Amino acid sequence: MSAVSVSRPRFETLEKGAEIGRREISVTRSDLVTYAGASGDFNPIHWNNDFAVSVELPGVIAHGMFTMGAAVQLVVDWAGDPAAVIDYQTRFTKPVPVADTTGTDAPGAVVEIVGTVGALDAEARTARIDLAVTCAGQRVLTKAQAVVKLP
Amino acid sequence: MAINPDLQGRVYPAAEAYDVGREKIREFARAVKAQHPAHFDLDAARALGHADLVAPPSFAIIVAQRADARLIEDPESGIDFSRVVHAEQRFIHHRPIVAGDRLVAELHVDQVRAMGGGAMITTRAEISGEDGGKVATTTSSILVRGEGQ
Repeated sequence: MSAVSVSRPRFETLEKGAEIGRREISVTRSDLVTYAGASGDFNPIHWNNDFAVSVELPGVIAHGMFTMGAAVQLVVDWAGDPAAVIDYQTRFTKPVPVADTTGTDAPGAVVEIVGTVGALDAEARTARIDLAVTCAGQRVLTKAQAVVKLP
Repeated sequence: MAINPDLQGRVYPAAEAYDVGREKIREFARAVKAQHPAHFDLDAARALGHADLVAPPSFAIIVAQRADARLIEDPESGIDFSRVVHAEQRFIHHRPIVAGDRLVAELHVDQVRAMGGGAMITTRAEISGEDGGKVATTTSSILVRGEGQ
């Protein structure tokens, strides 16, 4: 855990529309319980199936904030410093249903993330990274944008 | 129970401080599947010029949702937490959050809009440090679903 990435992107090398990377995140019910504990958001729609169904949801869904928090890691790792992300926003368009795969190695859901350079501000030396975040082919976040301050 | 339209414009002043701890940063970072060493390793954080472990970009949600809870738990608000769905979220960081920070949040109810039998409520938490300096501004929109929504 000591080797810090020193290859931080330089503003001058960036082009609008360029992809910065992509990744897949596996999500399990256990991940949602972990996130509930870490964040303090214990809404039972994120861990109790009967409860979720009783409030007219398809079943247990991921915290929107879990998906938002996990999706930006692509940007953090690319930027080389978590503090470089000075502005981050999204709309939560569709829920991410997480199947109960307890006791198996299978994920309960898979979230796919693709990041592209959406806008560049030469004066502020910032890049807006637009994230396309999908689950089972459906966009779950929209207008997911992270503004990164570059050296 | 209907959402109280008079909530709009209400301000909940800063209450007890939130102490940002190293283990909480590590725990939250693992929970969002973060791997950057600046969340976990002090030397790595200091190598980037930070005073201590750096929080992930969405860490301020802990402080923001504690502030939101004051509204949701306010008996005058009429909000049923089990029918709350998160609709939008934004974090503007005025400076990085690091371990050792003591943060307070002032909550502003910026907008209340009736939607069907429910309502869309937009809140803003102005998060500042012990010295009063601005740390982060978070905005959240929550949809309180009416029956059948």
